[in-house]
Amino acid sequence: MSASGIALRRRLGALSPLIYVGGGICLFWAVLALAAPWIAPYDPIAQDLAATLQPPNAAHLLGTDNFGRDVLSRIVWGTRLDLQMGVLGVLFPFIIGTTIGALSGYFGGFVDMLLMRLLDVTISFPFFVLIIAIVATLGPGLIRVYIALALVGWVSYARLIRSRFIVLKHADFVMAARSLGYRHLRIIFHHILPNAIMPAVVFCVSDAVIDIVLGSSLSYLGLGIQPPTAEWGLMIAESQTFIGTAWWIATFPGLAIVLLAVGFSLLADGIAEQLGIRD
Amino acid sequence: MAILDVADLSVEFATAKGPLRAVDRVSFGLAEGEVLGIVGESGSGKTVACRSILRLLPGERARIVGGKVLFEGRDLLQLAEPSMRELRGGRIGMIFQNPSTHLDPLMTVGRQVAEPLIYHQGLSASEARKKAVELLRLVGIPDPKRNADAFPHQFSGGMRQRAMIAGAVACEPRLLIADEPTTALDVTVQAQILRLLLELRDRTGLAIILITHDLGVVAATCDNVAVMYAGRIMERAAKAELLRRPLHPYTEGLMRSRPTAAGRGRELHTIEGQLPPLGDPPGGCRFHPRCIHAQARCQTGAVALEAASITHSTACLRWREVMAPA
Repeated sequence: MSASGIALRRRLGALSPLIYVGGGICLFWAVLALAAPWIAPYDPIAQDLAATLQPPNAAHLLGTDNFGRDVLSRIVWGTRLDLQMGVLGVLFPFIIGTTIGALSGYFGGFVDMLLMRLLDVTISFPFFVLIIAIVATLGPGLIRVYIALALVGWVSYARLIRSRFIVLKHADFVMAARSLGYRHLRIIFHHILPNAIMPAVVFCVSDAVIDIVLGSSLSYLGLGIQPPTAEWGLMIAESQTFIGTAWWIATFPGLAIVLLAVGFSLLADGIAEQLGIRD
Repeated sequence: MAILDVADLSVEFATAKGPLRAVDRVSFGLAEGEVLGIVGESGSGKTVACRSILRLLPGERARIVGGKVLFEGRDLLQLAEPSMRELRGGRIGMIFQNPSTHLDPLMTVGRQVAEPLIYHQGLSASEARKKAVELLRLVGIPDPKRNADAFPHQFSGGMRQRAMIAGAVACEPRLLIADEPTTALDVTVQAQILRLLLELRDRTGLAIILITHDLGVVAATCDNVAVMYAGRIMERAAKAELLRRPLHPYTEGLMRSRPTAAGRGRELHTIEGQLPPLGDPPGGCRFHPRCIHAQARCQTGAVALEAASITHSTACLRWREVMAPA
């Protein structure tokens, strides 16, 4: 191990068990998503009208839905979409919010005032309502969901990063960097950002949970992913009519959402604990 | 040849109660290879004056309101910001009081030393790293190859200051501004760092401005000294002359306040009173409320540096009477 690798290890100390458990769960879903074609026993959208609404049995471990589609296969394939929503759903708000927060906090003054008023307007609407309104305007589809998330989700990151920048721009090492003649952008992204970004990274892991649930909710409302694609929220929506007679169609995708969300949450808590960040 | 010539520099801070003049018509200069000490209490304006040279004032409230800063013949106060950036870290280096907080905690020491080389001289990453290791060796970091990969928190205070010096002199500046470089270090390390600075001066002809409140540091290193009080220069002289025969009661008071100046078992000398509020400075000589020799004209008279000899000027109005050789 290199000298800096050892140094990093010493700095972090022993890893928190939360990181192992949360990371393990996330890894499990990631493997499932990558290996979906080999793991899923059936085609997720192939209908088998001879075997509809079958309870869990040896041929269909988690049963079949009203079109005879294998629930297990649909959950495995759905992992790809739900995991993607978790990752891409936070990626764009993270990038946009971090940049805006950094510029706003560093330069202050008029730029800050303008960007923060924009932020105030955005957070004055309830999060879900605004997302649903934007998706409803743009029309349904996954890409539109990402656009809506980027337009609304950046505010949390901007606020987190901005407050760190306001403190750090007066830090001694920033003065030292200025005394070496570096440009503002270099100081912002090269020197301050690495020191400011950790709370945002932690937040982004827990934000992924919200995005997964949100993505599923939008699919449930018919605004996200469209049938017959296998997606957990959509599966629950489609199974509503049969909830009294065929519990397995809604229950297993629901459990999948819960387990993925728990994985991300534990991971976020673990990282936060490791870095000594509260909230 | 003078490498730096600061003339009538004034700096003001905007406050709710109106402007506060932290530096008032300060003039000093230094030649190639010269070490100029700027001495004064905390709040006397020495740091603000020196940061004005690089136009790195703390916060948006501080403003240079007058004067000239001629560096290699160019007035830095008129320079556009991009040319100013080229000078910072390029032609003029700066090191700070607290090396623990002035290094980026998340960047390896080697990269921090290499960065100005990449930025100012356009070196490739590997060339810069090679040169950074060389610089770390030069400033006396043991095992520089391995330590280049260390983070600042793994270094001792003295090593951090050495690393900061390595970064500041990486691009071979002509002027180094050292803002209390040894204040945060213990005495033995202090001497090593000062020796290192003098070695760099001897090798490269670097001019150094050494800001300090420690007359012992001045005695050990400087060629010339300027004494600041409440934003003004009180006295300016060649070191030997100043230490032998100060021509300002404030300088004399500072020298008598040194622990070594008092005899064993005797009470330490202190200068009575405190720095005047900069927002409302006393008229006349700013030191008069604390001066044992103050008279009526000290409270109202116009004060200017008066040359007592070619190498010695004082702002004391009564120096002929009160500071005459005993």
